[in-house]
Amino acid sequence: MNIYVCVKQTVDLQQVRIRKETREPVLDGVPLTIGNIDKNALEEGVRLRDKLGGKVIGVSAGSEELNDTIKEALAMGADEAIMIIAPELEGAESSTVAMALAKAIEKTGEIGIILLGEGSSDNYSGQVGPRIAEILDLPQITYVSSLEAEGNTVKAVRNLEDCFETVEAEMPVVVSVVSEINEPRIPAVTQILKAGRKPKQIYSPAELGVEIAGSQIKTISNLAPEQDRKRLLFQEGVGQDVKSLVAALESEGLLGR
Amino acid sequence: MAAILVFSERDEVAFQLLGEANKLGEQLGMEVAAAALGLSDADGFLSRGVSTVYTAKNEELKDFEASVYAQALEQVAKQADAAIILLGSTRRGKELAGRLAQKMKVGSLTDAGRLEVIDGRVVCSRNAFGGATVAAQTILEGIQVIAVSPSAGEAPAAAEPSGSVAEVALVLEPARIKKVATAPKSQDSANIEGAEVLVCVGKGLAGEAELKMVDELAQALGGLVACTKPLATDEKWLPEERIVGLSGKIGKPALAICLGISGQVQFTVGIRDAGTIVAVNTDQNAFIFQMADYGIVGDLHQVVPELTAALKG
Repeated sequence: MNIYVCVKQTVDLQQVRIRKETREPVLDGVPLTIGNIDKNALEEGVRLRDKLGGKVIGVSAGSEELNDTIKEALAMGADEAIMIIAPELEGAESSTVAMALAKAIEKTGEIGIILLGEGSSDNYSGQVGPRIAEILDLPQITYVSSLEAEGNTVKAVRNLEDCFETVEAEMPVVVSVVSEINEPRIPAVTQILKAGRKPKQIYSPAELGVEIAGSQIKTISNLAPEQDRKRLLFQEGVGQDVKSLVAALESEGLLGR
Repeated sequence: MAAILVFSERDEVAFQLLGEANKLGEQLGMEVAAAALGLSDADGFLSRGVSTVYTAKNEELKDFEASVYAQALEQVAKQADAAIILLGSTRRGKELAGRLAQKMKVGSLTDAGRLEVIDGRVVCSRNAFGGATVAAQTILEGIQVIAVSPSAGEAPAAAEPSGSVAEVALVLEPARIKKVATAPKSQDSANIEGAEVLVCVGKGLAGEAELKMVDELAQALGGLVACTKPLATDEKWLPEERIVGLSGKIGKPALAICLGISGQVQFTVGIRDAGTIVAVNTDQNAFIFQMADYGIVGDLHQVVPELTAALKG
């Protein structure tokens, strides 16, 4: 059985700084990494494979720089990788990425489960999973916090706003996971060394019959929100600081609510 | 006449969307229609000013399942001549948005906050880079599928209905997902989004027992206790409903007090619209001080009891 895990390469969000004068994000020199929740999806894929057999195949779409991200996925336990590489795929919108991933998966062969994170850590729109399911005409189970598979049946618990919903579906199925589902492993050095030797398949969008048309989504601006804060720091010792704070809150009419 | 079609699997969210839909409708010269599928409250939509409420009674719509509802909405959208489809950006709603947009081969935006009209298209503001920035994005062509954050709008007041109900005959493939069980979450009734005062705790808290003093402070301020994500999902000291930030609630309190929180943007996005922000942290270089109005460099274990005592006078 093939377990596909879709991963996205994003900038390391912890290292994104904001240029004060322009409020623009500074992305130059920020390292690229695998999305946070993607790691949970990978971990779950590896766990299922260890129980059910088969292969875990990491799938990702992006620019040439994708190699490092895919290596991270392979080090975490994926057996093989598929990369769809084109400069236009870097930062491409959900519909384009979903089409590239879906076509690559379809070309590779038999589908058991397609795993994804609930949303990418940078954009968090949660659209790629449902779009892949629609393109491949598969059932989908989103926001999964616990996953089991037996034979051809998948049983999952979905973590929704108001309830936990237990559902079942037959494979092939698309599953998106939430971060609570597991604790992703940190790969051992031996795994990192092995990762470089694992099989990798590279496609161009054209080889998959994917046309990258102009984008449907336009980003008009993307700036940090204005923060006009007083930034008064009290450091006179706890007793005095608390007094100063209470006085400040009182003068702003924030007490006695 | 082209229409704005409103749908959410939760009526109260759909009613909120109507407020936004009415504003867009006026600017764009479109009528506002709603899809009241399954057990949804058609009269509720009518009394809130919707011109046409589309209903369908198919057996397959009894339970919400995104792929079935995507089929239904595609058919309703055709009937309504929808140019814009507004959905609630709940977890179910986001799943529906992707599935529906792909089915219709159009663009979609989720987690939309503010909506405005520029050059006849809807421009959505939504968080990007994990909340570090706010992007203004628009769908350039075709039908616009937009999932709007549940806290973004206000429901119009109920009034005398003037619209009509149109029952549509839908052809639906049944769900391939079988619901086995539903366990309601312990209904934490705390309304973080609407709270005037939020006392937020983060990893500076050393143990669950310390929540008691935090709670006392919140009570003294007339506020609610909220938390960063790890405190709810990893430590499970507080219910998930109390999470503030990108993957939780976005609040707009008059006062937010942040205790032992370093200030990662994934959290701060949930309180940055607060009127006044107070931070208490042992690390004077913590980022949270950058966005605080008042900061105390100190240990929350000392500051909190002292502050509570001072407030109680």
